[in-house]
Amino acid sequence: MSVTEAPTTEQEQTPGRPARRSLNDLVRLTEIDTRMLGMLALLVIIWVGFNLLSGGTFLTPRNMWNLTVQTSVVAIMATGMVLVIVSRNIDLSVGSMLGFVGMFVALLQREWLPQLIGFDQWYTWIIALVAGLLLGAVLGSLQGAVVAYAAVPSFIVTLGGLLVWRGLAWVMASGRTIAPMDSSFQLLGGGARGTVGGTVSWIIGVVGCVAIVLLLAFRRRTRLKFAFRVRPMWAEVALMLASCAAVLFAVWFLNRNFMPEGLAMAYAERNGLDWPEGGLSIPFGLANPVLIAIGTALVMSFITTRRRFGRYVFSIGGNPEAAALAGIKTKRTIVFTFMLMGMLVGLAAVVQVARLNSATSGLGTLHELYVIAAAVIGGTSLAGGIGSIFGAVLGALVMQSLQSGMVFVGIETALQDVVIGVVLVAAVAVDVLYRRRADR
Amino acid sequence: MRGNGAPLVEMKDMNVSFGGVHAVEDVSIDLFQGEVLGLVGGNGAGKSTLIKTLSGAQEPDSGEIYLNGELIRIENPRDAKRHGIETIYQTLALAENIDAPGNMFLGRELTTPLGNLDDSAMEDAARRILARLNPKFENFKTPVASLSGGQRQSVAIARAVHFNAKILIMDEPTAALGPAETEQVRQLIRQLKKEAIGIILISHDIHDVFDLADRISVMLQGRLVGTVNKDDVTTDEVLGMIIMGKLPHELTTSELADLHG
Repeated sequence: MSVTEAPTTEQEQTPGRPARRSLNDLVRLTEIDTRMLGMLALLVIIWVGFNLLSGGTFLTPRNMWNLTVQTSVVAIMATGMVLVIVSRNIDLSVGSMLGFVGMFVALLQREWLPQLIGFDQWYTWIIALVAGLLLGAVLGSLQGAVVAYAAVPSFIVTLGGLLVWRGLAWVMASGRTIAPMDSSFQLLGGGARGTVGGTVSWIIGVVGCVAIVLLLAFRRRTRLKFAFRVRPMWAEVALMLASCAAVLFAVWFLNRNFMPEGLAMAYAERNGLDWPEGGLSIPFGLANPVLIAIGTALVMSFITTRRRFGRYVFSIGGNPEAAALAGIKTKRTIVFTFMLMGMLVGLAAVVQVARLNSATSGLGTLHELYVIAAAVIGGTSLAGGIGSIFGAVLGALVMQSLQSGMVFVGIETALQDVVIGVVLVAAVAVDVLYRRRADR
Repeated sequence: MRGNGAPLVEMKDMNVSFGGVHAVEDVSIDLFQGEVLGLVGGNGAGKSTLIKTLSGAQEPDSGEIYLNGELIRIENPRDAKRHGIETIYQTLALAENIDAPGNMFLGRELTTPLGNLDDSAMEDAARRILARLNPKFENFKTPVASLSGGQRQSVAIARAVHFNAKILIMDEPTAALGPAETEQVRQLIRQLKKEAIGIILISHDIHDVFDLADRISVMLQGRLVGTVNKDDVTTDEVLGMIIMGKLPHELTTSELADLHG
């Protein structure tokens, strides 16, 4: 049986067979993930669709800029959720944990630290940030340890966490709302001052562009050194140009979100600029939370694809028994996955509290579902073993685009949930179909 | 083959039980350099459980393992690999979502000086070794889930032989293979034998075992029936051991005849 099957599979996948140059073959030569292309296409359709429905107000620099900021918190957590789900686990507690850590960080800077160091020290935000990351890591490890060593299913452990952290968030502040936040801490959440400005944004864009080119060139060189097959040169160059163009276009577009007159005037005064007749167009530049999210995604992507830990998480998701037989410390790996998830929740909590400039005991409610949905829409398989960081970030962007878009065109809240729910199920259904086809 | 010094590996009085059921009971076997030991027995005879104690996948309740005459402890797969014991499991133990080089080096990845995965170096090594084992092998970048049974088997074998094993455990290595691929595996076993590697071959195929093994150990219901030199026995006599648990000299002529019934 397997004898007759073997040659067929081989033939199908042997490269270089004489074939019609269909679009499929061209795409295959560029080694671009068609799933990702599909997701990007979906995003564009959503954007253009809402733009048409809203009479051209959706695809404006201001709205897109806001969209990037709103996406950050979910995107940060979704990168961690990918690894958790890939390892055949789930974390239902991230929303509540965000509430708990957020409340802790808020109390720390409003009520506990000032007794020691006073208000508004320049380093208050650093203490708050580190405390948030550490607390998240501890809570995550705790849940991870119960999952790995006590062998309680992660669904149950984190369902418990969902209740426990939410309850503790309320208890910690007796249900009060804590506000406002430390002035330097607020910058982590974006807002009018929490941006890097137009020039720095351009620099970041150019650096990103150069990094992409270098990375692709370096990979090509390594593969050539080993005499492996590489993309055709035209595909390589096209990929470099396309990625660069995309990055620079995004920066250009977002940099067209200019400060309103009042802010611009204040800015001009601070920086000793003359105020001309028609006013000044001063871009906000990329917002801090967006940069934090991008940085997080890059680091997580690196950990996932270039480090042993990432490889181990995927092997556990693919075949836990094989991973153990290969000598991988599977339990420790699982604990580390949850710890990382917790740290990212801590980071997201800091950003969220800074952005809202307050903490309530309801902070982060339902976020576990948005985060899981983002990861799943981004191609993470709940069966484990499959997922990508980039996909999850795109998934977060899709979710947020839908939500903001529906607010924009005035769809009432109840119907928004209906649409999101339908999209989630549809996205996974399409994904399952796609994989089934790809598997053949 | 026998008698020149201590055995490469010696397992003494191994016991494994699962909730009162003795899967392996007081079993002792040994293996010499450059020898193929056939381990045979019916389903549930305890073969796989026994070798799992050697590969580190199963901790025994009691028993001792000697490597070149020295007592060693094998508590997990890492210990076994450190002692040069490699295993090809019947299930192949591959992560279906990872490509062939990734599976070959799973748990023992090659890294760059900065500790990053060196995928190119791993792919290079995989290409070299698989070119030897299975010249038709091409798909180094696709998850092994999309490979054929023979190709997957090649990956599992490549993983075991790449790391300079001294002892190779093969659990039904040809069960999923066609005739051509089976012959390839047989060739490989003969070649490894020449390289002074000790091989424990578990197989349900008595002809496989007779073709390749020097000695044959037979298990029945968790116990060792006995170990015989292949040249001293016939296939029928080994079948008698497998089915009735009787050593060749204990078999009556009528019982031998029944085996063919």
